Amino acid sequence: MDSSIIIEKSVIILVVFAITMLMAMYSTLAERKVAAWLQDRIGPNRAGKGGLLQPLADGLKLFSKEEFEPNTPNRFLFFVGPAIAMSTALMTSAVIPWGDRFHFFGRDIILQATDIDVALLYVIGVMSVGVYGIMIGGWASNNKFSLMGAVRAASQMISYEVAMGLSIIALLMMTGTLSLREISAQQPGMHWNVFYQPLSFFIFLICAFAETNRTPFDLAECETELIGGYHTEYSSMKMGFYLFAEYANMFISSTILAVLFFGGYNYPGMSWAVENWGVNIANVIGIAVLFAKICGFIFLYMWVRWTIPRFRYDQLMHLGWRVLIPLSIINIIITGIVILRAEIAIYLGF
Amino acid sequence: MSTILIIFCVLAAVTVLTAFLTIFSRNPIHSALYLVICFFSIAGHYLLLNSQFLAVVHIIVYSGAIMILFLFTIMLMNLNKENEVHKPRITRLGAIVSFCLICLVLLAVFINSKPIVGEYISTGEDYQSIKVLGKVLLNEYMVPFEFASILLLVAMIGTVLLSKKEKTEK
Repeated sequence: MDSSIIIEKSVIILVVFAITMLMAMYSTLAERKVAAWLQDRIGPNRAGKGGLLQPLADGLKLFSKEEFEPNTPNRFLFFVGPAIAMSTALMTSAVIPWGDRFHFFGRDIILQATDIDVALLYVIGVMSVGVYGIMIGGWASNNKFSLMGAVRAASQMISYEVAMGLSIIALLMMTGTLSLREISAQQPGMHWNVFYQPLSFFIFLICAFAETNRTPFDLAECETELIGGYHTEYSSMKMGFYLFAEYANMFISSTILAVLFFGGYNYPGMSWAVENWGVNIANVIGIAVLFAKICGFIFLYMWVRWTIPRFRYDQLMHLGWRVLIPLSIINIIITGIVILRAEIAIYLGF
Repeated sequence: MSTILIIFCVLAAVTVLTAFLTIFSRNPIHSALYLVICFFSIAGHYLLLNSQFLAVVHIIVYSGAIMILFLFTIMLMNLNKENEVHKPRITRLGAIVSFCLICLVLLAVFINSKPIVGEYISTGEDYQSIKVLGKVLLNEYMVPFEFASILLLVAMIGTVLLSKKEKTEK
């Protein structure tokens, strides 16, 4: 393999890692600011200008806190839990196309760590593995409340993965590929998938809320019933990892939503910008547009958190199994009929 | 070549070790977790053979769904007593017979697939890609594919019926 490719890919991986961490860090501040705004407060404004250094202060606090360990026979698993949560949260970003190709020094640079054939399946796979962090941590805490939180998280994630997978199938019938790069390239200008597959988008959005354990589906850490849920026994940076993984997951799922349904880096007039301003400038705008879409989704996550109250557990299961799964199957059938409408018309003799 | 060989050796060692640990560990949850690691290393073997689709689907289905349900059940039923249930002899006999049948099926698969794979290699087509896999599954092997899905559906309905039975009797 070419050594320049290795250097290029390592730089991309490092930058994506740094951006994910930065976005997760500032999502914590944004969450508190949005909450304050929705509740007519000011929010954190002491550390730095307008509270800009608050995430750093929070991180420093978490690092310097006493590390408490419960009396558990599974000390190793107690450590492994947050590690799995954090690493799976960071793994998904490998297949996301952050922009179209750049042209520097006579060579094309593609802004993607790796373009595999089964990128979308990889994303779903990593998401489904992410629940191990919660389950193992909750079980190893040796605490009934933690265990209940872990069990709830597991059953919730499995239930919503089914609906999520089925909702994606309707989209895949249209795109005909699993590669996120090709899916982005298929949505130039304003031909975003959300206009062709609105139902699929809504089901995916609801499932994304459930998969990231956000309100209204945060039953795994429901304070009124379970103290802190699966991270009741965690303290210091281990708890910090769990909280951080949640924000990183939120960032990644916002990115997936933007790429799958809102055209990724595409914006109206991109081809015009390529012709008149050159590939690189058009691409910089594309990356900015992608991040604007991502920030919009992150804001949506926070907005919903302070708007919709938590579901009851049976309501959650009812919504997952009896509403979302039949809806997504109907969506698949409708999509199939629309795709094959010419053949069906010939078959029926029109 | 040598790096692939080293990766294969490490993966194979992990697979065999965790498979044995699955059987020999006394704690059911540890046993399940070793099995998860075993599944991951098997997915690694698939990746070494350049079949991305199989690897990812293996992780989604086995590690992501089935093993989580296993762990879930073990945690809920509190089987954490580290005791071993003695199976009746007929169950063990059944296990041996079904294992032999699986070996027979695997042998048949390997013997049958060898010429087909050779054909794909000679034409230079990427037979691991989803496109080829989907076409073959839904054209040549349409009937077995549908039979497998009916079998799964029957198993699903059967499970629901079995779990509902107690409630109707009361």
